[in-house]
Amino acid sequence: MSNKKTFIDPLIDNNPITRQVLGICSALAVTVKVEQALVMTLALTFVVAMSNAIVSLLRKYIPSSIRIIVQLIVISTLVTLIDKVLEAYMYDISKELSVFIALIVTNCIVMGRADAFAMQNDVKSSFIDGLGNGLGYGSILIIVASFREILGFGTFLNFRILPEFLNNGLMILAPGAFIILGLIIWFQRSITSFVEE
Amino acid sequence: METLVHFLSLATKSIFIENILLAYFLGMCSFLAISKNVEASIGIGKAVIFVNGITVPLNWLIKTYLLDQGALSWTGIESLVSVDLSFLTLICFISTIAALVQFVEMFIDKFSPSLYNSLGIFLPLITVNCSILGASIFMDERGYTFGESIVFGTSSGIGFFLAIVCMATMRFKLRYSNIPDGLKGLGITMILTGLLSMAYLSFSGIQL
Repeated sequence: MSNKKTFIDPLIDNNPITRQVLGICSALAVTVKVEQALVMTLALTFVVAMSNAIVSLLRKYIPSSIRIIVQLIVISTLVTLIDKVLEAYMYDISKELSVFIALIVTNCIVMGRADAFAMQNDVKSSFIDGLGNGLGYGSILIIVASFREILGFGTFLNFRILPEFLNNGLMILAPGAFIILGLIIWFQRSITSFVEE
Repeated sequence: METLVHFLSLATKSIFIENILLAYFLGMCSFLAISKNVEASIGIGKAVIFVNGITVPLNWLIKTYLLDQGALSWTGIESLVSVDLSFLTLICFISTIAALVQFVEMFIDKFSPSLYNSLGIFLPLITVNCSILGASIFMDERGYTFGESIVFGTSSGIGFFLAIVCMATMRFKLRYSNIPDGLKGLGITMILTGLLSMAYLSFSGIQL
């Protein structure tokens, strides 16, 4: 597969969230505001691209029986790194995201890509695959967050768009996230005409 | 008596009011993948209760006696008293979980084949289940005591169990309904989960 295709494929057709059903947890939890979703996207893209590159670099030396533990150690080192950087430079957002940055460790996208792609491919294409998947995840995250912020708070990136009396409290709570994501999945699958058996 | 009441209210809170799956979205991936099948859902639910009940208190011990600032003072070595290893929390938690899951799998394989048959295949999946690591991180963040962490671990597992079994039975009924093509599978499951989580929201009025 060419590098361009490796990059584009997870953005639309093979999107990690709507198609591969990976990484749903954080997609729902950090989408109350667009700002949080942006930071989360950056953090996850960094982790998935770097971990793919490192795992692919080590792939010939990792015995397959302990590969999960090795991958977990690589990933959790990267996550600790990004967690500390956020704590140092963006303290407020890091408080709002609380445990969800730490939970990138168990985000299925990162583990899934490391195990399914990086273990078989060279460093460059693994890195590009990581970038593509991180951004594909991020694009859905930002769409969900835009809906929830505009309908829930009446703002977008903290600028007021809708008057305050239109705020819908349900969008801020958990059910709003589930339902919006369900509708987006419907939309994406109708476009790519994918039907699950 | 006072502690018992406290533990009971903590358990109710983590099973219903702050359900780890429907209020914090942890463990969604396995929830969506496995709730297709009622029996498998019961299996993974039990496995989560079991593993959560062990890992949360175990991680509490590791955090309190190895990683926190001044945690090493029990060794009596003076140079270790001021050591703060809390930046290793995440790596230690996940390695504990991975190692423990592996160990538990071997253990029940040897001593209880019937339990292994019902839980066995789900145990490896549990390592990367966010609800396990999430419960440990919550325990750390909320500063629970040892007793509280046992109660919290077990009852957040029970919360997961209830939610996934509930979902699996709903999806079982769904098999015979006429759903638009694009909504089949994941889409309708998300919307159903939304409705289920709305139902759980009604618990949030309970004051404990």
